[in-house]
Amino acid sequence: MKEKIKTILQKYNNDRGRLMDILIDLMENSGYIDDFSVSVLAEDLKISAAQVRETISFYHFFSEKPKAKFNIYLNNSITSCLRGFSSIKSTFEAESGIKFGEISSDGLIGLFETSCVGMNDQGPAAIINDKIFTNLTPYRARKLIESIKDGKTLDGLVYENYGDGNNSHPLMNSMVYNNIRKKSILLDENYERFDVIKNIIKNSSSEEVIQIIEDSNLRGRGGAGFPTGLKWKFGSRMPGEHKVIICNADEGEPGTFKDRVMLTQYNDLVFEGMVLSAFATKADMGVLYLRYEYKYMLKYLNSILDEMRENNLLGSNISGIEGFNFDIRIQLGAGAYVCGEESALIESMEGKRGEPRDKPPFPVEKGYLDLPTIVNNVETLASAVKIVKNGAKWYSSFGTKDSLGTKLLSVSGDCRFPGIYEVEWGTSIREVLEMAGADNVQAVQVGGPSGTLINVKDIDHLSKTELMKWYKPSGMMAAQKSFDRKLSYSDLPTGGSIIIFNKERDILSDVVMNFMDFFIEESCGSCSTCRNLPRIMKEKLQKIINGHGVRDDIDDLLNWGKIIKVSRCGLGQTAANPVLSSILNFRHLYEEHVMAMTDYDNQFDLGKSVSAANSFVGRKLIHKHS
Amino acid sequence: MSEEIKFKIDGKEIIAKNGQTIVEAARENGVYIPTLCNFKGVKPKGSCRICSVKVNNRFMTSCTTPASPGMEVYSNTDEISDLRKSIVELLFVSGNHFCPACEKSGNCELQALAYKYRMMVPRFPYSFKKKGVIATGPKLLKEQDRCILCQRCIKTIKDVEGRRYYAFRNRGNKLEVVMDEAMSKTISDELAKQAMDNCPVGSIIYKEIGFAEPIGTRKYDKKPIGSDIETN
Repeated sequence: MKEKIKTILQKYNNDRGRLMDILIDLMENSGYIDDFSVSVLAEDLKISAAQVRETISFYHFFSEKPKAKFNIYLNNSITSCLRGFSSIKSTFEAESGIKFGEISSDGLIGLFETSCVGMNDQGPAAIINDKIFTNLTPYRARKLIESIKDGKTLDGLVYENYGDGNNSHPLMNSMVYNNIRKKSILLDENYERFDVIKNIIKNSSSEEVIQIIEDSNLRGRGGAGFPTGLKWKFGSRMPGEHKVIICNADEGEPGTFKDRVMLTQYNDLVFEGMVLSAFATKADMGVLYLRYEYKYMLKYLNSILDEMRENNLLGSNISGIEGFNFDIRIQLGAGAYVCGEESALIESMEGKRGEPRDKPPFPVEKGYLDLPTIVNNVETLASAVKIVKNGAKWYSSFGTKDSLGTKLLSVSGDCRFPGIYEVEWGTSIREVLEMAGADNVQAVQVGGPSGTLINVKDIDHLSKTELMKWYKPSGMMAAQKSFDRKLSYSDLPTGGSIIIFNKERDILSDVVMNFMDFFIEESCGSCSTCRNLPRIMKEKLQKIINGHGVRDDIDDLLNWGKIIKVSRCGLGQTAANPVLSSILNFRHLYEEHVMAMTDYDNQFDLGKSVSAANSFVGRKLIHKHS
Repeated sequence: MSEEIKFKIDGKEIIAKNGQTIVEAARENGVYIPTLCNFKGVKPKGSCRICSVKVNNRFMTSCTTPASPGMEVYSNTDEISDLRKSIVELLFVSGNHFCPACEKSGNCELQALAYKYRMMVPRFPYSFKKKGVIATGPKLLKEQDRCILCQRCIKTIKDVEGRRYYAFRNRGNKLEVVMDEAMSKTISDELAKQAMDNCPVGSIIYKEIGFAEPIGTRKYDKKPIGSDIETN
């Protein structure tokens, strides 16, 4: 055992900065990280055991207790719940004879819940030992447990054909479907692989590349909307021998799955974008931070990187350009939504808890290992390649005046055609609903839980320009201003999540409660505000739903929602948005629940309190709570 | 680095050294901005959020934001005072802060801030899950229900090779600060006492000595928090 741990440690040069990789390897090796491993790590990395456990206990997919042979992580995100999560969950429990959070006594099956796994268009989905099982039903859940008990292998559990495109590549063998519903300039096939590296940057300077990106007005597609050209320009001007390009593929905002599709089907475009941004900023280190939920793509993505190395598209003197040295490694996450925030992502890459950093300094000044670090979203990097290929002028013929180009939307929820839609900026929600085949719509969640819940009644009033505001998910309060800000705020990638709810859905108890649970689960816990308020607000909301709320409770929620805005990062600042946004646009639902004309808290229910005594003496309830 | 800059807090002119944070500069100029997680000599983390101020109509933590020339900082406004009070209340309701029975009463910064902001009944419901006491080490005990997760012990209490005695465990509202079990057995007397002193509340307690100084004669019993900084 000790030998194995030592081998893993040596693989990463006993570097405590690579603790994430070390722990991931250990998990793979023995299914969990036991006390002995912790003590060996602590000793060799020269940190305390408590420090090792600090990182382990932060991430959802690390475990200090033995795991089962088959670990089923069932996704509990909102669309999963709309499509039968609870009946699937109870089937899993009934068939396996254990509860969620437990492992069967023979060590065969473990049941766990997990936040959005990026499969909202084909949910409910579960991850079983890194493999994705989509479109679950109680029937399929029963069959899965039966097959496991019959001694089938992981591959033997597969119940559907492998998905379209690269999903069925032998290195991927995944049941996932791309579900691309609408292609435009980013997703069209009018692109020769690696053309920009091979032919264009050879004859350009880094300044020229940055100028094209600046002229195109490309903004960060993760959601924060920071001008990409400006970020690259800052990066290129930072002094230093080493600089880092990070591609943020930690999409965790419930309802987004565009990066999944980009990495499956357009990974060459994404990697080319990383090389391009390295050329522009003179960076030499590249890292793709891949969320753990997408581990099934890892082998395949590494094969693309190998191919690029073989063809001199990575490595030294790339494409014959003297002194242009750059390579990419893939860093796996381990299950933490907050790591989508760029500075938390960097902390995680350094082997620590994914806790956002204070800014300034910004990553572009002091990022990974304190080096200048340029963090871009998957979609941004891919878009940059198309822009450099076709020119800024071409790009500016798409979209609206202040938002050029296109945006990938991840559409899910109550509609006939969930999937990826590449639309020009300026497309209205109404058009999106039409494209997706959604009717009887009550509400649309734009930008994920941290975004805005739109009441469909209001959509007619939203002009195209107004709609643009909804796409700036840094929080609805700051939405209008967000594009004017410069290097002054950071945010979580939320861009493009659209979740549709029909009129049968209970907005408060189904939707808002689910989102609040998500924020409670995914807070890093550092800020006093974000650690405590979402839970307190959820309890208040539960009180209102239970019919014990008074009108003051609604005001309390609004006021408390303001306090949380002083949190450090975008996750914290927006963690009350599900409540605030639904009060703003669905206030009548709250008012229906609160006790009419009551201003004071009347939580005491006499009837309920004396019910035990009443039943004991056989007396009927004489006082009825009004 | 010794270059001087000028900026304003609530209209008062502040002279600061270039690179100083707002909190440091304020302190040197006789302006008190409350802090909890901030600790002299260690890199600030801005996690308690109590030092939040408004600059350009945006909230910033003054312990992490460097002062810059011409900056206009708002700190002692009604809005910000109420925000700070709400954070104190939030910390109170998310733990079991029963002052009369606490060894740190009178020396506790959270308690002192509650007095400063005249906290009566918190606006939030009490809702903490009991986490209990860890008292396995010979010198120190850790009262988890009093911990406000400020990270001071995490950052300051280390061995000669930089190993941390304290670390976080879990995340979100399950977050706790725990002491390394093996290291807790060998901690020096001096470091153990320092751990207790650095804790702003009564979460880290040095064993065996209690109430050596009676309640009523302790630091904040005599003078309110911040009064040693405020000049006017």
